[in-house]
Amino acid sequence: MSMSKPLTMKPSRSIAADAVLDIRGLCVDYGVDDNAVRAVRDVSLTLRRGEVLGLAGESGSGKSTLAYGLARLLPPPGVISAGEVIYSPPDGEPVDVLTLAPLALRAFRWAETSIVFQGAMNSLNPVHKVSTQLIDVIAAHSPGMSRRAMLDRARELLTMVGIAPDRLHAYPHQLSGGMRQRVMIGMALALEPKIVIMDEPTTALDVVMQRQILRQIVELRERFGFSVLFITHDLSLLVEFSDRIAIMYGGRIVEEAPAALLYRDALHPYSHGLLHSFPALRGPRRELAGIPGSPPDLQAMPSGCSFHPRCPRRFDPCAVDIPVLGSPADRVREARTVACWLHPAGGAID
Amino acid sequence: MRFFLRRFAFYVFTAWAAITINFFIPRLIPGDPVSALVAGMRGQITSDQIQSLTVLFGLDKHESVWMQYVDYLEQLSHGDLGISFGNFPLPVTSVLASALPWTLLLIGVTTIISFAIGTLLGIVVGWRRGSWLDGLLPVTTFLSSIPYFWLGLIAVSVVTYAGYFLPISGGYDPGLVPSWNLEFIGNAIEHGLLPAITIVVASVGGWLLSMRNMMVTVTAEDYVTVAHAKGLSERRVVMGYAARNALLPSVSGFGMALGLVVGGTFLVEYVFSYPGIGLQMLQAIARHDYPLIQGIFLVVTLAVLAANFLADIAYLALDPRTRKEG
Repeated sequence: MSMSKPLTMKPSRSIAADAVLDIRGLCVDYGVDDNAVRAVRDVSLTLRRGEVLGLAGESGSGKSTLAYGLARLLPPPGVISAGEVIYSPPDGEPVDVLTLAPLALRAFRWAETSIVFQGAMNSLNPVHKVSTQLIDVIAAHSPGMSRRAMLDRARELLTMVGIAPDRLHAYPHQLSGGMRQRVMIGMALALEPKIVIMDEPTTALDVVMQRQILRQIVELRERFGFSVLFITHDLSLLVEFSDRIAIMYGGRIVEEAPAALLYRDALHPYSHGLLHSFPALRGPRRELAGIPGSPPDLQAMPSGCSFHPRCPRRFDPCAVDIPVLGSPADRVREARTVACWLHPAGGAID
Repeated sequence: MRFFLRRFAFYVFTAWAAITINFFIPRLIPGDPVSALVAGMRGQITSDQIQSLTVLFGLDKHESVWMQYVDYLEQLSHGDLGISFGNFPLPVTSVLASALPWTLLLIGVTTIISFAIGTLLGIVVGWRRGSWLDGLLPVTTFLSSIPYFWLGLIAVSVVTYAGYFLPISGGYDPGLVPSWNLEFIGNAIEHGLLPAITIVVASVGGWLLSMRNMMVTVTAEDYVTVAHAKGLSERRVVMGYAARNALLPSVSGFGMALGLVVGGTFLVEYVFSYPGIGLQMLQAIARHDYPLIQGIFLVVTLAVLAANFLADIAYLALDPRTRKEG
């Protein structure tokens, strides 16, 4: 299959830079006592209206925990120990998702923020028809709607993601993996949310299906203008179709930059390592280099920069002090932040 | 539908196999019923009587085993299970007919109650995993690990100590004649209470434990997280997503348990002298009452098969993945 048509979408950086979701100082722990493991450390991240924000990192870097945390879906013993998640609806007062009362939280879920999960195979309940699972979310949020109208809406959603409407009454096991993930994407858009979180939505699918699904997400995003928080370990995927990319390591954001900028000129040695562990589809050949070592043990984090034991460019301060995420003094005119002693912060960034 | 017919054919075959085994096994046991009966009469029997008994039991014909088998099947098709030695000259069918309702009602009702209570508690305990409700588990497990006869005897002694507020033996007061009037039914229920309570106490733990474990497994499934993320009410998440799927393995277990209801529970009926199938079975064994033993085996086998068939159908209705396409 030809991959000639680039997946890149029109740059939406020109869209007003107002935040739809503002994560401030979020910390997530697993466990509550002395053995608690901090999986997300003081993460601040802003998702702007209509943009695709990529979140990349190795397994165990805390990227999925971050997503579950901000949606308050952490399985026990996960607890949010600090921070705020401010959601700003297009019309209305900003709210802190983390302090919503149960009823308000239920109303917020899916209607404002929907999630497409990692497991394409297990996200649908095997004993209920696709129609039942599409309809119950509509029924939960708009109780007054007639069943006929809900069925029509469900059909419309299926058509939107390229599935024949006659599959509405199929059971999940009668659909292929790709179709199931399309159903999940259609379901995520059922209530026209402002934010869609995608947690490795294409991981369980083959490469061809990955492309098709990504293209579909891109089209739907252009049509409906929702913001996407796209989580993946596949940085090359993000470079192609996200506006900005944040790199996570050991529970922290270590670098955040516009996608093209990060691709051209990654500042953090970890980002650099991630970028160079995937072959590019286009462009000149280059040497592939992995990152030596393995992700840090969250129970025994290294001192200073948590990446320093694996870092090829470490020097004196790395093992001592934790670098703070800030805009690097050597790239003042670029809208980016990094947490690395090679590029110490010049100006304070909020 | 094809699946349904295939299962049905399988059960018909199994039933035939069970009947055949049921026919041959007693014939492999040495001795014959007449000598057993004669021994029971301690010589108070004339040779003419022995001769007539031999004719009555059909042992005079010296037929081939094959012919006996054909006769047996033919009798079965008329619902004729022979004559009980122990309750001579009552036919086995009427002995069964008088014992079965007691067992069906007592054990059947308590099995359903125990399944319902155990499963509901299992849903709650599994859903609220990690709360104080987890303390229920060791308690119910302890109760089901007590040997039943001991639990029964404790119940009997507690009730008698406190002053006979519940009858402790039999199915009804000896003075009453079984009939469908309020007095008799009330009396029968009163007699059933103590055995019923002990059965529920002893068996609820098993249902609770298996349901709770399945709930814990299912709650970790992605579709349950998705159901939460969809903003569904907690009730809908539990009933439509978690418990709905966790129930599947319990359905098979419940079908099995229902099938075994017919066999009664020897210990329950023995401890409480309850006039059901279990007690009949014990007596039949003590009296070498082969036709009755055979009859009880047959009824139990057929009941287990029927219950399994029903469980299969229920599973078919509950889990679409078991339905064949086309």
